[in-house]
Amino acid sequence: MDIWAYLHQFLFGFYPYIALTVFFVGSLLRFDREQYSWRADSSQLLRKKQLRWGSNLFHFGVLVVFTGHLVGFLMPEPIVLAFMNEHAHELLAMVGGGVAGVAAIIGLSILIHRRLTEPRLRSNSRPWDLLIVAILWIQLALGLATVYFSSVKVEGYSFQALIYYVQGIVIFRPNNADLLLTIPWVYKLHIFLGLTIFLVFPFTRLVHIWSGFASVFYLFRPFQLMRTRRTRQARGVQGIK
Amino acid sequence: MKVRAQIAMVLNLDKCIGCHTCSVTCKNVWTSRLGMEYAWFNNVETKPGIGYPKDWENQDKWKGGWDLKRNGKLKLKQGSRLQVLLNLFANPNLPEIDDYYEPFTFDYEFLQTAPEMPTPPVARPISVISGQRMEKIEWGPNWEEILGGEFAKRSADYNFEDVQKDIYGEFENTFMMYLPRLCEHCLNPACVASCPSGSIYKREEDGIVLIDQDKCRGWRMCVSGCPYKKIYYNWSSGKAEKCIFCYPRIEAGQPTVCSETCVGRIRYLGVLLYDADRIEAAASVANPQDLYGAQLSVFLDPHSQAVQEQARKDGVPDLWLEAATRSPAYKMAMEWKIAFPLHPEYRTLPMVWYVPPLSPIQARANAGEIGMQGHLPDVDSLRIPVRYLANLLTAGDEKPVQQALKKMLGMRAFYRERQLEGRDNAALLAEAGLTQAEAEDMHRYLSIADYEDRYVIPTTHREYAENAYQLRGECGFSFGNGCSDGSSEASLFGGKMAGKKVIPLKTMGGRGTENKVDY
Repeated sequence: MDIWAYLHQFLFGFYPYIALTVFFVGSLLRFDREQYSWRADSSQLLRKKQLRWGSNLFHFGVLVVFTGHLVGFLMPEPIVLAFMNEHAHELLAMVGGGVAGVAAIIGLSILIHRRLTEPRLRSNSRPWDLLIVAILWIQLALGLATVYFSSVKVEGYSFQALIYYVQGIVIFRPNNADLLLTIPWVYKLHIFLGLTIFLVFPFTRLVHIWSGFASVFYLFRPFQLMRTRRTRQARGVQGIK
Repeated sequence: MKVRAQIAMVLNLDKCIGCHTCSVTCKNVWTSRLGMEYAWFNNVETKPGIGYPKDWENQDKWKGGWDLKRNGKLKLKQGSRLQVLLNLFANPNLPEIDDYYEPFTFDYEFLQTAPEMPTPPVARPISVISGQRMEKIEWGPNWEEILGGEFAKRSADYNFEDVQKDIYGEFENTFMMYLPRLCEHCLNPACVASCPSGSIYKREEDGIVLIDQDKCRGWRMCVSGCPYKKIYYNWSSGKAEKCIFCYPRIEAGQPTVCSETCVGRIRYLGVLLYDADRIEAAASVANPQDLYGAQLSVFLDPHSQAVQEQARKDGVPDLWLEAATRSPAYKMAMEWKIAFPLHPEYRTLPMVWYVPPLSPIQARANAGEIGMQGHLPDVDSLRIPVRYLANLLTAGDEKPVQQALKKMLGMRAFYRERQLEGRDNAALLAEAGLTQAEAEDMHRYLSIADYEDRYVIPTTHREYAENAYQLRGECGFSFGNGCSDGSSEASLFGGKMAGKKVIPLKTMGGRGTENKVDY
């Protein structure tokens, strides 16, 4: 087995499971052990300028991209085909992902510019804060590049193969990496970096994404919250002296 | 009826001398930390002025507190729940740190290292946030101290509504008062309602509103939700923090730090019993001027047999019921009606109340410069316009404020005559609407103001809440994560180190052995 074949097998066969395991177990551990460090880490208080456009474009763009990936890749084929044919599916992915991706990368560029040029933010940025925005920017750029490559139908590209590959990860399909053998390097790089984001996720501020989804419960809870330190037993006892 | 108890605070503004001891002791104890230098859980503002943060009372701008929907139901002024969530990425109503002030220190080192120069060296300001030199300090937590700055700027004060403010810009007519502010620990807190992660809560036992530091995700909706701007975003830890009403002291029956250290002895702490079932109705009365009265109707008479019975059923300890009958807060707010909530129109039902200040009038009254009403100076011709106080304390309803001022004037006049001329003038009391017993009580609480009368704080029953045996050796105050102070440098998970701290245990009388005990 030559080294390239092995590397391919490692990066697209095994690496997904390493990354996803770290992602889930790491998130769980941090939530359980280090909740004080679990926050969105907003810098809005220090500088309002540029945040409104930058942050909204980036976040809403990424939300659309993320939902697109999640639904587009993981939805079982029969259900997708009930709504649209494969060509329409691919077109939707390219147009929707393209527009949202452009919005997100513009927003992220604004945010990076803001973080690097504003002294208040520059001096309060941890190394991971800068690294993670750099990774995300490159990932968005790669994602947009794949849209272009798909639109010109670059040799070796197959929308079907990508879908099977992603679904193969979830259902533990053997020899899953073989599906990507002919796929051009842009797609491979995009997949590798995407998995890497899952890998580093628990160690960065990205954990706030979990909480962002959890905040949907806010829509359904009562406005006022009370807590008591009295145990149920103590509350039951009448007239505590 | 669902009876709950709260430790409420009353501040007698008539005696506040604006010394800022409360603010400084509070800061020393709670907020002298990275990320919180700009935050003052307690601050004292000189009024009229726009305050701290700038223009905080202008809810058209900051969108704090509650509004009524067309169907008469309450909604957050900053928007529906969905709008709150949509604003997570960039909160349009969040103050910037410059609205508070950029925290600074000074370049003291330069005083030592300065070369020989024609002028003495100066320690120039440095920003605590960026570490860079600041050309000029633009604003501070108390920039308008004792009417600092031009009247034109200070008169943007929201409480000048419906007041002919121009004449108060003239030197002869100028007036001022101090307003110490802290978290109101509201009955209908807008911060709790704004928190997308549900990390803010009100404690059932004593009504203190706290932020669960572990659960807070730093969405910052509480900062904009609170109309008093008394929740602060810690820009270093990324968590929201607020006045904790010194709950470790309150639990032990001690007054808060700001109260304990108050030089003018203006602060009072006591139990107020309230009916939790009436809160929503009281907060949603249509006319803002009815809110003060509506909040009074939420409070329960601690002397009533029925209230006591229900309170016991609802788990209020007897110790608290007994304390409620001696509560200075109840006397001032409910019996004498001389204490008022701050800006009831925000509909949060605040629980830190204020006795309005009298102005220096007696000398002027004696000189015949202000009008008299019977034997008492006319409250409408006081130096501080009643309308201004009413805008501050009763949503603009002047009558309750007038009556309170009259009672305070009447009590003063009565005691003045008793002490100077040795006679009790019943006519004075009748004019002020007081009985002699009430006047004597008011004198005891307002003028003598003994420690035991000011602070009637029952202890909590922690022994019922947790197993104290398991708590031995624990740290007292921490930011979650066990004994971590949340500021150590390195950790696997992004900067804030947790874990157990090893507390070295020194043995006495041994051979100087030092055992490390890992809790």
